Amino acid sequence: MTLIADEFAGEAWRVILLQDYNTRLVTLSAMALGASCGLVGAFMMLRKRALLGDAAAHAALPGLCLAFFVGVAGGLVEKSTPLLLLGAFVSAALGALFVVVISGRTRLKEDTLLGVVLSVFFGVGVALLGVAQQLPGAQASGLESFIYGKVASMVLQDAVWIGGACGLVCLACTLLYKEFTLLCFDPAFARGQGLNVRWLDASLMALVVLVTCVGLQAVGLILIVALLVIPPAAARFWTDRLAPLLFISAALGAISAAMGAMISALLPKAPSGAVIVLCAAGFFCLSMLLGPARGLLARWRERRAFVRSVRQEHLLRAVFEWHEAAGGDAPHAAPLDALRSARRWSRGGLAAAIRQAVGSGFAVHLSGGRIGLTPEGLTKARELVRRHRLWEAYLIHHADIDPTHVDRPADELEHVLGPEMTARLSAALFGGEGTQPVPPSPHALPGPHVDGGPNRGGL
Amino acid sequence: MLNWHTDGWIIVTGVLCAVACALPGAFLVLRKQSMMGDAISHSVLPGIAGAFFLSGSRAGPAVFLGAAGAGVLTAYLTEWIRGKGRVDEGAAMGVVFTSLFALGLVMMVSAADKVDLDPSCVLYGALELTPLDTVSILGWRVPRAAAILACVAVGNAALTVLMFKELRIASFDPALSSLMRINPRVVHYAIMTSVAVTTVAAFESVGNVLVVAMLIVPAATASLLVSRLSAMLWVSVGLAALSAVLGHAGAVFLPRLAGFASTGTAGSMAAAAGLLFVAGLLLSPSQGLLPRAARRLWLRLSLRCDDLLAELARLDEQGVRHVPLSRLAHEHSGALGRFAMARLRVSGFVRRSADGVSLSTTGVQRAALILRAHRLWESYLVQELASRPDHVHGQAHVLEHITDKEMRDRLASAVAAAQHDPHGKQIPTEPDATR
Repeated sequence: MTLIADEFAGEAWRVILLQDYNTRLVTLSAMALGASCGLVGAFMMLRKRALLGDAAAHAALPGLCLAFFVGVAGGLVEKSTPLLLLGAFVSAALGALFVVVISGRTRLKEDTLLGVVLSVFFGVGVALLGVAQQLPGAQASGLESFIYGKVASMVLQDAVWIGGACGLVCLACTLLYKEFTLLCFDPAFARGQGLNVRWLDASLMALVVLVTCVGLQAVGLILIVALLVIPPAAARFWTDRLAPLLFISAALGAISAAMGAMISALLPKAPSGAVIVLCAAGFFCLSMLLGPARGLLARWRERRAFVRSVRQEHLLRAVFEWHEAAGGDAPHAAPLDALRSARRWSRGGLAAAIRQAVGSGFAVHLSGGRIGLTPEGLTKARELVRRHRLWEAYLIHHADIDPTHVDRPADELEHVLGPEMTARLSAALFGGEGTQPVPPSPHALPGPHVDGGPNRGGL
Repeated sequence: MLNWHTDGWIIVTGVLCAVACALPGAFLVLRKQSMMGDAISHSVLPGIAGAFFLSGSRAGPAVFLGAAGAGVLTAYLTEWIRGKGRVDEGAAMGVVFTSLFALGLVMMVSAADKVDLDPSCVLYGALELTPLDTVSILGWRVPRAAAILACVAVGNAALTVLMFKELRIASFDPALSSLMRINPRVVHYAIMTSVAVTTVAAFESVGNVLVVAMLIVPAATASLLVSRLSAMLWVSVGLAALSAVLGHAGAVFLPRLAGFASTGTAGSMAAAAGLLFVAGLLLSPSQGLLPRAARRLWLRLSLRCDDLLAELARLDEQGVRHVPLSRLAHEHSGALGRFAMARLRVSGFVRRSADGVSLSTTGVQRAALILRAHRLWESYLVQELASRPDHVHGQAHVLEHITDKEMRDRLASAVAAAQHDPHGKQIPTEPDATR
């Protein structure tokens, strides 16, 4: 048992260190393919044409078959990769071009055109394939492998093609970086800058079609689509900037391709293209969860921080307003019972708010179960109450809302009113520079009327 | 040539498949979710493989349940990734269906020792083999695929008829449907389930990519031809059935012309649907490229006729009664100009003489209207809109073609019945007034 495990571990090391010629060839070319797909895929995603690669990949089939017919008619018995690739490139480009040219000319939407091109071209291809397979040498030419992909049976010639296409894609993306950026983010501005948007679109599409055709036989038809779509979508969770997005997308493509190729070298039964895609899908899940720019975790934390700050601000305002209504001396403080009935707290919300406020030095526990404000807490509370009441006053005077109805809307807005907005509100209401003290509340405050609390204006 | 038993069943199965697909497909096209058909047709794979693992059978209700589950899961995951991750819908769909397809491939390959789950059958389908696998229904030997597809077609038709109001409102106006207590999400997932079930029923006969052809292409063609939903549904069903029949004929006969045996029917069904689509795209009266190009050309021709008449009238004002064609170099240029001149002569507005062309009586009247519109606009632009006199010719030149009598009268009253335009040329009077 251990012998088998050891043998497997040894095998794994040989694969990871790329000691076999075949593994080295396959892994490196898969990486090149993954990187170039990630690169052009990112531009395509930003251009909102992520699925154009899908249509192009399917549209390659009829050209492939026709090229095969031409090869047979021309007396070529051996598989002629350049001829097949040329056929695939031409028909895939025709398919993509059809989508782009026809969209906007009829009421058909781009997604419908993609579906039409994809399925009709593929149907024509399948019909031609049915005829092509009756020819001698059809099996040997590996037409089938263009659909499923045979990473493991890659030869040096395929690797050279992939390497060449990858180099071309990298070169084009470097030279046309500025133009492609404009094309993706603001095509109208690009046109205004004197760029030929049509040619740029066409060259971006040509790059997509190129990597698609070259990659078809490495990872197969659907799975080349995955490499064009998944790494850019995953990279989007990590950054909001273009250059890092391109790097991350290319890197994720390369890493998933390498991992997939290695895994399928170790487990010969697993279909290599599918394993590569599953690796990419794994990276997508990780990115969606952990990505700092848009990931679920990052957004959950952001949200939680906001909820906590809102809760703490509610507490500070409740203490301030109770004290203000009660008319007591310093220090500003309020009994716990009064705070509890001041607003509808979520379960444990008041305790959590107090814990937070005490922890951040805005509030302190006083004797008799009262919560008091520290000097910092008082400053912050005064600012909050001011914002709240300015907004209330604004709603009453400028939106004609009844004073009894303004508390709730102001309650929601007080947390997001910035200093500039506060100053403008203050200027609009009082004409002053924003140095006004806290204005009085336009409606009755809850605090002092609670049983046992002191009465406003009493004694 | 054709064997009526075999080919008859192939055509019947193809037609049933096409009809079953066309109904949910029409709603995919309308709701801008065409690529969802592609996505679901790929991502039912793990559902089928999973159902096979659990039930051990390649057909039967478990496979349909698995496929429907996978289809709904695709729609749900796409929606979730788009919403939570703020990913573009196309990209979200691409992520989901390629991943699920890859998962399904791995599952199928690892099951391949035990069963004949053949991935290539999934891609291409084998419509030709359907008559070989029969079941007995009421003593009839009916191909299994045909029986299943008939059930699905009837089910889809029933769904469309029973939920027609809901489907229509939720597809065209989701906000209104929420107000009317029709949950658009329920409708969305009902369509997705129907697409998934249809896909898996059609899988064995036409393969997964060609299901997309049957879902999307007839509906796309129909939406080019008609504008009402019910008409679109009927037309898509008809076109789908037609492409099935044409497809089989093409598969059997076309390769023979080049000396080959027949090819797959499924692929040529998609090709036939594509041909019908291209025909619709080119020829549809309202949307087609050719009728629209012809309308545009006709418009340009009438504009050019107007220009020729106006130019002849201007020269006439300068005392040039018979105009040599060389003086009309600008208006008479190109095929369009020559054709416009021929049209004017045929309709009797212009006469040809030895030393050039001249306006006939009707031509003079018609040209006067154009000049009147032109000069009224120039006056109006200068007097009322304070345009500069040397800037108004171009605008008036555009507007003169679309100015009818009512507009001319209103312009005339707006410029207080001015006699001359800003360049000092006389404004012709309205012919009805002179009569």
